[in-house]
Amino acid sequence: MTADAPPLLAGVNSTSTRTLLRVAILCLIAAAAIASRLFSVILDPWFNFRATKYLVANGVYKFWDWFDDRTWHPLGRVTGGTLYPGLMVTSGVIYHALRAVAVPVDIRNICVLLAPAFSGLTAYAAYLLTNEMTTSPSAGLLAAVFMGIAPGYISRSVAGSYDNEAIAIFLLVFTFYLWIKALKLGSMLWGALCALFYGYMVASWGGYAFITCLLPLHAFVLICMGRYSTRLYVSYTTWYALGTLASMQIPFVGFLPVKTSEHMPALGMRTSYHAPWVAVTNVAMTGIFGFLQLVGFIQYVRSAVSGRQFQTFLATAVVGTFGIGLMGLVALTSLGYIAPWGGRFYSLWDTNYAKIHIPIIASVSEHQPPAWPAFFFDLSMLIWLFPAGIYLCYRDLRDEHVFIIVYGLFGSYFAGVMVRLMLTLTPIVCVASAIAVSQLLDTYMSTKSPNPDEVERAAEAAPKKAAKSAGLRGSEKPTVGIFSLIPKAGVVGSLTVYLLMFVSHCTWVTSNAYSSPSVVLASRMPDGSQHIIDDYREAYQWLRQNTKEDAKIMSWWDYGYQIGGMADRPTLVDNNTWNNTHIATVGKAMSSSEEVSYPIMRQHEVDYVLVVFGGLLGYSGDDINKFLWMVRIAEGIWPDEVKEREFFTTRGEYRVDGEATDTMKNSLMYKMSYYNYHSMFPAGQATDRVRGVRLPDKGPVLDTIEEAFTSENWIIRIYKVKDLDNVGRDHAAAAAFERGQKKKKATKKRGARVLRVE
Amino acid sequence: AANWDQVLQNIYHFYLKKTPQRTRLVDAFLLFLAVVGALQFLYCILAGNYPFNAFLSGFCATVGQFVLTVSLRIQTTEANKSDFPAVSPERAFADFVVCSLILHFFCVNFIN
Repeated sequence: MTADAPPLLAGVNSTSTRTLLRVAILCLIAAAAIASRLFSVILDPWFNFRATKYLVANGVYKFWDWFDDRTWHPLGRVTGGTLYPGLMVTSGVIYHALRAVAVPVDIRNICVLLAPAFSGLTAYAAYLLTNEMTTSPSAGLLAAVFMGIAPGYISRSVAGSYDNEAIAIFLLVFTFYLWIKALKLGSMLWGALCALFYGYMVASWGGYAFITCLLPLHAFVLICMGRYSTRLYVSYTTWYALGTLASMQIPFVGFLPVKTSEHMPALGMRTSYHAPWVAVTNVAMTGIFGFLQLVGFIQYVRSAVSGRQFQTFLATAVVGTFGIGLMGLVALTSLGYIAPWGGRFYSLWDTNYAKIHIPIIASVSEHQPPAWPAFFFDLSMLIWLFPAGIYLCYRDLRDEHVFIIVYGLFGSYFAGVMVRLMLTLTPIVCVASAIAVSQLLDTYMSTKSPNPDEVERAAEAAPKKAAKSAGLRGSEKPTVGIFSLIPKAGVVGSLTVYLLMFVSHCTWVTSNAYSSPSVVLASRMPDGSQHIIDDYREAYQWLRQNTKEDAKIMSWWDYGYQIGGMADRPTLVDNNTWNNTHIATVGKAMSSSEEVSYPIMRQHEVDYVLVVFGGLLGYSGDDINKFLWMVRIAEGIWPDEVKEREFFTTRGEYRVDGEATDTMKNSLMYKMSYYNYHSMFPAGQATDRVRGVRLPDKGPVLDTIEEAFTSENWIIRIYKVKDLDNVGRDHAAAAAFERGQKKKKATKKRGARVLRVE
Repeated sequence: AANWDQVLQNIYHFYLKKTPQRTRLVDAFLLFLAVVGALQFLYCILAGNYPFNAFLSGFCATVGQFVLTVSLRIQTTEANKSDFPAVSPERAFADFVVCSLILHFFCVNFIN
C-alpha cells in the first residue's frame, strides 16, 4: 500500500480479510448443509444401527468376527466378513471420542446425525477439489454451496439415513481431491494419502469400484494424449501399490482385487452382480500399472539414445512386450488360470440383463433407469450448467481438467442407467457448474472496464499473432471485457435470481420429497392437520413385548432389518439379499396354498408370519403389490410348483376381487391379507382401497395359522403358526371339524384307505 | 541386429556416464527387489499358492517397494528437477520413508 493514495477498499481486500470471509462462508455453508437435512429426524437403516450397537457394546475384535444367529434363520450370517465396516467404525470412534471429552451422547443420536455432519465435510471437500481445478476465487465456494444443498445428494444423506452413502460421498470427493493434488505435485505423500482414503472408502461402500475405474481411466487418457509425465508415474504407482494393499485388508473385499469374477467365492447375489465390475476395474487398474512401468522405461531410454536408435528400440520393445503379453494371456487362459469373459461382462452394458436373469436385482426400484425429469428434479439448474463447465474445461485443458471430463462422461452414463448412481454424478455436476458460474461472475462482476483504444490496438495486433500460433483455435483466449455497466448488472442480476431460485428449489425438494420417514406414515386430515400413522412401530412393539425371545418371524425381505432392529426377533430373510434360494423359499411359502406352505414353515421353525396390507388405508407399498415379485423369485427356483401365469386371470389381469384365480385365492399371502377383512364393512361393501376393487362377501379361511395381531389401520398383520394337531389330523380336517362342517348323516361306506405299514 | 546391439551399448554407456553414485546404489536395491520378486513368483508357480495371502503380501511388498524406490529415484534425479518444483531430495526421501512404512504395515497385517 503506497502512502499517497490508500484505496478505499484496501482493508476489505487484504488477504487476511479474504481468508476470514472464506472461513465464514464455509462455516455458513456447512451449517446450511446440516440444517437442510433436518426436516425429519428418524433413524432408518436398521441393520447398520444394530451392527453399530453391537460394535459399541462388544468392541472391535468381537465385531470383526461377529456371527449373527438372529438373521437368516437357520443359516445365520457371518456379519464381520459380509459388511463394509467403515460406517460403524466411524460412528463408534465418534462415540468414544465424545465420551473421552465427557460428552456422553447416546449412540443412536450419533447414528442419526452422522450423515448431516459428513455432508458439511463433503461441501468442504468439494471446495478443495474445485480450487485445484481453477484459479477463480469464487469457484470453490460455489461448488461447496452446490454440494451442500443439491437434492441429488441430500436424498441419500438426510438426518437418520444411516447408510453407507452417508460417509462414502465425502470419501469419494476427498479421494479425488487427494488424487488431483498428488498428480499435480507428483508427490508420493499425497499419493499415499489418496491410497489411505481410498482404503477408507473401500471399507465404507461397494461403490469404491467407481474410483478404481476412474483413476486408471484418467491415467490412460493422459498417456494417450501424450501427457505422460514423471509426476503421473509417481502418483499413480504410489496410489496403486498402497491402495490395492489397503483395499485387501477389508475381509469383505479380500482377494477380489487380484482375482477375476469367475474365481470369486459364492458370496451371494449382490456381490456376484457387482463382481464383473470389480473384476473389470481391477484388470484395468493393473493393466494401467504395468503400462505405466513400460512407458516410464521407454521414456528413460529416450533420454539415453539418439532418435534413430530410439525408434529401433521402441519398435522392438513394443513388439516384444505385446508378443510376450499375448502369449502369456493365451497360455494362462488355456491353462485355466484366467477364465474367458462370459456373459457377465456383457451384462455391464446390457441394462436388461438383470431384469431377465436376476429378478431380485430388478425388483429394487432404485435399479431402474431414470427419466429426464429426475435429472432436473435432483440437480435443478446445475444440470444445464454442467455441460458449460465441461466445455470450459476443454478450453483450458490441463491434466486435472481431463479428470473432470472423464468423470463427467462416466458419471453421466451410469446415472443414466441406474437411478441410484445419480449420487456419484452429483459431485462432478457441482464442480463443473461452479466452474461455469464462477467464469460468468468473474467476467461480469469485474469493476474494471477495458479502455476502448487499447482494445482496438490489441485487435489490430491479433491477426499477426493468430497466424503465428499453431494451437487449437478453441484454446485461444479472446480478450474479454465488458464496456458498460448495464450488461454487467443485467447478467449478474439474472444469475443471482437463478442462484436464489436454486436455493428455494433445493429446499422445496428436500422438504417435500426426500424427508419422509418410511416407518411413520403421515397423512393429512381434511382440515389440513397432520395425522400420523404409526402402525409399523405398533406392530414391532407388540412383537417385542408379546412373543418369546427367540420366536422366528417370517416376512418378505423388505422388512427383515426393521424386524431385527425394532422388534429384536430372529428373521428368515432380510435386506441383505445374499442367499437367493432362501428368499425364494419365503416367496414360495407366501405364494403357495396352505398345505404346501405349512410344511415349509414347520421346517424353518417359523413362529409368526408378518404381512403388510394397505387395503384399508390406501397404502400402496404393501405385500399384495409386491406379491408378483415373490412369485417370480420363487418361480426362478421351483418353476414346476410356482407359476406366475396362474396368478393372472384368463384375460391376463392381476386381480384380487371375486374374479381372482383359484391359485391367487388359495395363496397364503392372499388369505393372510384379506382374512376377516370383509367383516369391517357392511355386507357387499368390502373394498380394497389400493387396488380399488370390491371384494367378495365371503373372506378366506385359514386353517394352519391363526391371527395374532392386527395393527390399528390394518397395515401390519401378524399370524401365529399353529402347532401340529394333537390327535394327528391334518389342519384342514381339524379346522373343518371345529367349524362343525361334518356331514349330518354318518355314512357307513368305507373310504378308500391304504394299508397300514408298520 | 547390429543396430540393436548398438542401442543396448549406448544405453549402457549412457548409464555409466550419467548416473551418479547414489542413484546407482538405488538401482542396486531395485535389482535386488526385482530378483526377490521373481524368486517369489517362481516359487509360487512351482509350489502352489496355498497361503495365498502370504504370497500376495510378500509379492506386493516387493512390487510396492520397487515402485516407491523408482519414484524416489525419479524425484532425486537431476534431470527431472523441473518436473517437481515442490519436492526437494530431502522431502522425497522423507516421503519415501513414510510410504514404505505404510506399505510394510499393510503387508505385515495382511500376512497374518
